[in-house]
Amino acid sequence: MFGLNRNDTLLLIVVALLTMLAPFLLNPFPEGSSLAQFNGGYPDLMQRFVIFGIFAIGFNILFGLTGYLSFGHAAFLGVGSYAAIWMMKLLTMNVVPAIIISVIVAGLFSLVVGYICLRRSGIYFSILTLAFAQMSYALAYSVLTPITGGETGLQPKLSDPRILDAAIGSGVTPRANFFGIEMGTSWQWDWNGWVFTFNAGYYLAAVIMLVAFYLSIRIFRSPFGMMLRAIKTNQNRLNYTGVNSKPYTLAAFVISGMYAGLAGGLLVAMDTQVGPERMFWTASGEVVLMTILGGVGTLIGPVLGAGLIKYMENILSKINEGLLQKWFAFMPETAGDAVVTVLGLFTGKGWHLTLGLLFMIVVIFLPGGLVEGGKRLFGIGRRKKKAPPAASPPPTTTPAE
Amino acid sequence: MAILQVRNVSKRFGGLQALNDVNLSIEEGKVHAIIGPNGAGKSTLLNCFVGRLIPDTGTVMFDGKSLLGIKPHEINQAGVSRVFQTPEIFGDLSLLENVMIPSFASRDGSFKVNWWNRADREKDVQDHAEAVLQEIGLYEKRHEIADAMSRGDKRRLEMAMCLSQDPKLMLLDEPTAGMSRADTNATIDLLKRLGETRGLTKVIIEHDMHVVFSLANYVSVLAQGTVIAENTPDLIKGDQRVKEAYLGTEAE
Amino acid sequence: MDAILLQILNGLDKGSAYALIALGLTLIFGTLGVVNFAHGALFMIGAFCAVVLSRLLSFSKTVIDETRTDFLGNPLKVDLPYMHQWFGEAAGQTIIDWSVPLAILFSIPIMFAIGYAMERGLIRHFYKRPHADQILVTFGLAIVLQEIVKYFFGANPIQTPAPPAFTGSFDFGALVGLDPNTIIYPYWRLIYFSFAVVIISAVFAFLRFTTFGMVVRAGMADRETVGLLGIDIDKRFTLMFALAACVAGLAGVMYAPINAPNYHMGMDFLVLSFVVVVVGGMGSMAGAVLAGFLLGILESIASMSQVIDYLPGINQIVIYLVAIIILLTRPRGLMGRKGVMED
Repeated sequence: MFGLNRNDTLLLIVVALLTMLAPFLLNPFPEGSSLAQFNGGYPDLMQRFVIFGIFAIGFNILFGLTGYLSFGHAAFLGVGSYAAIWMMKLLTMNVVPAIIISVIVAGLFSLVVGYICLRRSGIYFSILTLAFAQMSYALAYSVLTPITGGETGLQPKLSDPRILDAAIGSGVTPRANFFGIEMGTSWQWDWNGWVFTFNAGYYLAAVIMLVAFYLSIRIFRSPFGMMLRAIKTNQNRLNYTGVNSKPYTLAAFVISGMYAGLAGGLLVAMDTQVGPERMFWTASGEVVLMTILGGVGTLIGPVLGAGLIKYMENILSKINEGLLQKWFAFMPETAGDAVVTVLGLFTGKGWHLTLGLLFMIVVIFLPGGLVEGGKRLFGIGRRKKKAPPAASPPPTTTPAE
Repeated sequence: MAILQVRNVSKRFGGLQALNDVNLSIEEGKVHAIIGPNGAGKSTLLNCFVGRLIPDTGTVMFDGKSLLGIKPHEINQAGVSRVFQTPEIFGDLSLLENVMIPSFASRDGSFKVNWWNRADREKDVQDHAEAVLQEIGLYEKRHEIADAMSRGDKRRLEMAMCLSQDPKLMLLDEPTAGMSRADTNATIDLLKRLGETRGLTKVIIEHDMHVVFSLANYVSVLAQGTVIAENTPDLIKGDQRVKEAYLGTEAE
Repeated sequence: MDAILLQILNGLDKGSAYALIALGLTLIFGTLGVVNFAHGALFMIGAFCAVVLSRLLSFSKTVIDETRTDFLGNPLKVDLPYMHQWFGEAAGQTIIDWSVPLAILFSIPIMFAIGYAMERGLIRHFYKRPHADQILVTFGLAIVLQEIVKYFFGANPIQTPAPPAFTGSFDFGALVGLDPNTIIYPYWRLIYFSFAVVIISAVFAFLRFTTFGMVVRAGMADRETVGLLGIDIDKRFTLMFALAACVAGLAGVMYAPINAPNYHMGMDFLVLSFVVVVVGGMGSMAGAVLAGFLLGILESIASMSQVIDYLPGINQIVIYLVAIIILLTRPRGLMGRKGVMED
């Protein structure tokens, strides 16, 4: 179906079901129960799941397929966000033009950056991308303040021209909408103590993510994707095989830049504001973490990684000492205190520690990430597959050549 | 007709004259061996054919076009395929994919963003790759990962990659280096068979005499960067200068 | 003219820190072939060694001072540092004031142990893994280390002053015969620069003149051959890693008075130090030192108001801009060796 083989169609359908039913799946605990804080089914978080999923899917097209490790992809996300917000300021609060322009602008920017950075490979490439991203960040903070709003960033104001909207005539607070449906619109369903929230913005982002995911499957399975994987394993050989690897890598770079721009545009569509910190190098590092955690070079891995990291960021960081004490109140005092102290290291403000440890464990023991872990768990042989092994390239990460 | 013409090629690395006024002409349909002791300049010469090195002076003409100063992928697109001394393959990919990639390069040229089609639905390329794997005897293993192959199989895979492009000229850099006697003989048989069925023009760089004399129609002997003798294998065997060049440096 | 001289001087301390961190990075890369993203964390841990020592030295016991009373008429309770108790008030206070220089001695065994443990416990298993894996696992380690420090010391910078004798400034201009009061330079920065020069010279001398250093240099050039000679190169490389950790740690200790230590200072410096290493050429020690000072000074000059008026924002991006230009024109950096990190 959809021009995919059976396994991929199945994967796509499963992902589609998961995203569509996310408001249920992410809210397994009834409202008011002590476990309710583990619910991830609120609009803001769900939007982040799918948006950073898109970011990671795109990053994986570059890093997972070609092996070029970019440390500057947040710059494209940021540029996409700025482009989107300007669309909202100048043209209309409808998110469609904003999203389209964010992809285009990020694509053009990544074309320029990629053309320069791809003249080098390996760690030199990584440092070049990092340098470009840090420059973008620094400039957005300082000189480009007229365009970027500097430290305070940008958000739509009542006084903005908004040519298209003005024609229809609206004087109310500018809210992002999709042909009139406001992104913030939510519909709640109360069922026996469970509260499920269905949010318009989430569903728009989820549909876009499904399209992005589908396109990435097509790229993975295409001759183009095969060439990209060949670049990762042996670029030298590829050149002697009559393939000019440079434009292929650049194409992958631009595609992943466009995915990043799309994610940036969607972030603005959901929450109409943007600041330069979105381009800081830690944001670039985060997408690397997501991709590795989920499984480099696998189709579904980056989405899982993005979900897990965003879930941890939002949920783990909410667990504070008071909460821990409540949970372990049943224990004898000293033992309880000890447990609370230890867990306190890993939760609340210390959730980064959990992230760092998890990340190290994955790189050390499970280079294929969660996907590899899942396969091992369910004992699915990797090599002995009847179908063409295009299903997932081996999970070893080879350095960029 | 000479398909590859090498005229007055010299190359110097610092104080070392690696190639000194080399002249060669490779006839179409022939298997031409270039032999010589270690350090004679064989690999330097080969690298001048494939665009990795540019000679200081001289010309390398292939099929009427100069090969100097153009990129490796352009040389391949012109019809020159190379088998490396240590097998260069796409280790993470399956054997079938390894052979499909050069087939795509032959069909689509050096760059084409063919991202919508499914690689396994590109029947012409896939059938072609499978046929070549069949020919070379790796068809049964086509879904295995290349890195898991034995060295001999990797070498054969690399040959399959070259063959799939149906090159006008195939360059083999020590195709039996590091192989056991049995593997060497198997490779010789394979190359012989391919020579009979395909009639490819081949240039073989080799210092194993056994291989050279079983395969080559014509032999050029390189020593200290110069061609010291050229002839058919039988006549080369008796050549005094060749014996001297070899006995002086190497006991093979 | 004096303005430029002043900026050069101002760039020296940052340049020194870059050079010291980059030196360790490139040493690790050259010997072990490992790209260590946790190196900035070692710098940060060094700075916190100074914090810890200054806290240890100021540990106090509460005593009752019979001679004075508080406003209720009770005898006054005062905190008397143990140092005062043990060495008398004057000497004790001097020891407390000098905690940062003393932390040099304190940090060496700590940094050595951390470096040793890191190499043995983690890095060792990544020699044969791709560079991307090395970057990622050390990046994870860096996050872990900085989070642990954050847990114990909080997120705010901790002021760690230099000894009072060095807190002031002096008139460098007058010293070299320029107009007085044009170039005022803090003592500590000069000390930091001198300290960096001493450490760098010591590392170079160590590698050049000792047998150990010779073996390590030979190992950098050709690891396999050295291994074949029956020399246990791995053991020496472990020590090399520990040494690089010490250099980063010492750079951090002495930097504490210049920039109050906080948990993320390591990452801030790491990113720039990596740029420095790459600009200098991966695996080249002289290149790392040269590029460190060069970029530190350039950054400082670019923040002059005359330059900013002319090229707004240049101070923010100059390092990256220079890195991009150098990498594009000199693929291996300023002094990189052929073949390093290329295939």
